[in-house]
Amino acid sequence: MGTLTLGCFSSLVGSKSLDFTLKLAKAAADKGHKVNLWLSGNATVVGKNHQKHLKDYSTGEKPVLELLEKGVEICECEACALARGIQKPDAIPGVQWNAMHWYLAKIYSSDRVLHIGGE
Amino acid sequence: MADIKCAFVIQRPPYKSETSTLGFTHAISYQVVEMLLEDGQNVIPTVCMVGEGVLNLIKDQKAMENYGVTSIESHGKNSLLVDLDILVCKEDLDGFGIPEDRLLDAEDMGADKKLQIVPYSEIQKAMESANHLLFF
Repeated sequence: MGTLTLGCFSSLVGSKSLDFTLKLAKAAADKGHKVNLWLSGNATVVGKNHQKHLKDYSTGEKPVLELLEKGVEICECEACALARGIQKPDAIPGVQWNAMHWYLAKIYSSDRVLHIGGE
Repeated sequence: MADIKCAFVIQRPPYKSETSTLGFTHAISYQVVEMLLEDGQNVIPTVCMVGEGVLNLIKDQKAMENYGVTSIESHGKNSLLVDLDILVCKEDLDGFGIPEDRLLDAEDMGADKKLQIVPYSEIQKAMESANHLLFF
């Protein structure tokens, strides 16, 4: 099994790139791969708890919790989150907060990296 | 493997989104990645400016005055200050009619590095030699 690191920079609502990223992470984890997920920019909103799932909008909280249960390491950019008004007490438990070097360090030990840029 | 090469390919224009800023800041973070790596492990970044991405390098940006944020010019200068290699696509500069003297440098900050204006073929080589490509 390999190590896959995903970086996502797209927003939860307004783009389907983040939905795709979460599904890809699950598919890879289900196959037994080690998966790391870095969230930066608008993607950091997916790490906020108490998301209300309205049917017209994507939701990320449930998939994120499932990924954490599967052992996927998820980390979001602390500065990006704080700039968007997300405080640590609002974060989904288990989602790490760090800076960009976390992403580079995970890239170092990855067999494959998929960087899904912002809109 | 001791060294991993990462090419940060910045292709988005400045200020329309934060994408190009994040490209620079992620590349600059190689400076502290050793905190999370073992001895002898290194991440070697190269920044490649292509397409509309070359517009990020125009000097005398007024982002703080107009938007209240640090300019992308400042991120570019900091990148040079921390010895990042920044390759700039000559064909794209020519396409936009941007002469070299309109581009930023970090001499005033004491940087040794300068922008490297190169044909796209050189950028292609840099991307081919990288272990991982990150498009911003």
